[in-house]
Amino acid sequence: MRAKISIFWVEFKKGFIEQNPLFKLLVGLCSALAVSTKVENGIFMGIAVIFVLVFSNAIIALIREKIPYDVRIPIFIVVIASFVTIVDLTLKAYFQPVYERLGVWIPLIVVNCIILARAEGFAYKNPVLGSIADGFGMGLGYTVVLLVMGVIRELLGTGKIVLFEKTIISLSHFNPPLIFIMFPGAFITFGCLMALLNRYEARKKG
Amino acid sequence: MNEAYRYFLIFLGALLVYNILLIRFIALCAFFGISSQVETSIGMAMSVLFVMTMATAVSWIAWNYILHPLGVGEFLYIPVFILIIAALVQFVEMVIRKISPPLYRGMGIYLPLITTNCAVLAAATESVKPGFLKMNIAYHFSLPEALIYTIGVALGYGLVIIMFSCIRERIKTAPIPHSFKGIPIAFIIAALLSLAFMGFANLLGI
Repeated sequence: MRAKISIFWVEFKKGFIEQNPLFKLLVGLCSALAVSTKVENGIFMGIAVIFVLVFSNAIIALIREKIPYDVRIPIFIVVIASFVTIVDLTLKAYFQPVYERLGVWIPLIVVNCIILARAEGFAYKNPVLGSIADGFGMGLGYTVVLLVMGVIRELLGTGKIVLFEKTIISLSHFNPPLIFIMFPGAFITFGCLMALLNRYEARKKG
Repeated sequence: MNEAYRYFLIFLGALLVYNILLIRFIALCAFFGISSQVETSIGMAMSVLFVMTMATAVSWIAWNYILHPLGVGEFLYIPVFILIIAALVQFVEMVIRKISPPLYRGMGIYLPLITTNCAVLAAATESVKPGFLKMNIAYHFSLPEALIYTIGVALGYGLVIIMFSCIRERIKTAPIPHSFKGIPIAFIIAALLSLAFMGFANLLGI
């Protein structure tokens, strides 16, 4: 039992820094940059990606011995597309405003490279438990970056953070540079965060 | 409004004003991966134009003649569109390998990548399935409109990726801070380019 938990933990935590999907593997960038204008979007997108990632990893790991190598990509895509459809219809039914704001990004989870990369690179070669942990860790690593970017961009761009129609933080006497919630702001924020991470790692190595 | 003028506006909007890479952040993963050399960028741009136009044409027919009349479009569009794209990519790869080996050597390695290139799925979904905002208008495109929109999107993709790779080739020799080397500086360049493309906003009232 303990061995199982430790395997779970090892696969789970690597998604945060060592192999963070966004900063280290450079996959799934598009949605991260596009939806991180608001913290709230980040939460919904993060949950959607974690859900799809965990379940598609689990299913692919379960049937991995039956999948022929040559047609693996279409099979992965069908599995992933089914879970994305579940998310798509659920959001549409219960969270209409969020669905409208995220727009085309929900169907685009299918081609979010994180999910296909994990299916191909991990779930296809590893047992179920590890794959679930991997999916969960990668999904959370993605979500954390999304939230950090959301906080930076929403705070700097609008001067306040609004979560579920409640203002959480508000900066008074601050003239917000709008650029941060617009397109270039996403690139700048992400580039600087990545440079910071590089610097931190270079320091640690000495 | 004059018919030809409207086509021109759709094309221009997709090409510049709502540029798929810099303004809408779609398809960034492959963008940063591939754009370090001009030659590979040109190959990628050509393949995207080719696959994207065909994907939209086939998806449009599938939606309007099969999915929509049968009433299954709402929950089947994601798997159907992505399978169309995957099948098309495989098909195109085989045809090119047979017909023109030199072209295959130039384009072949990018073709598998295109399946997971979100730009193709995004252009197909937006221009085919009603209800997605494109260029801030949500109406149903006819086949020629959908095709013109897609060609505009694909040319916009090519324009930016080639431009970007030229800049990245030159920046290799520039003195940049150590932690910004490689990918982070590419993000900063993308931010500046994106800022420049924002200047197209409201061009001819699009």
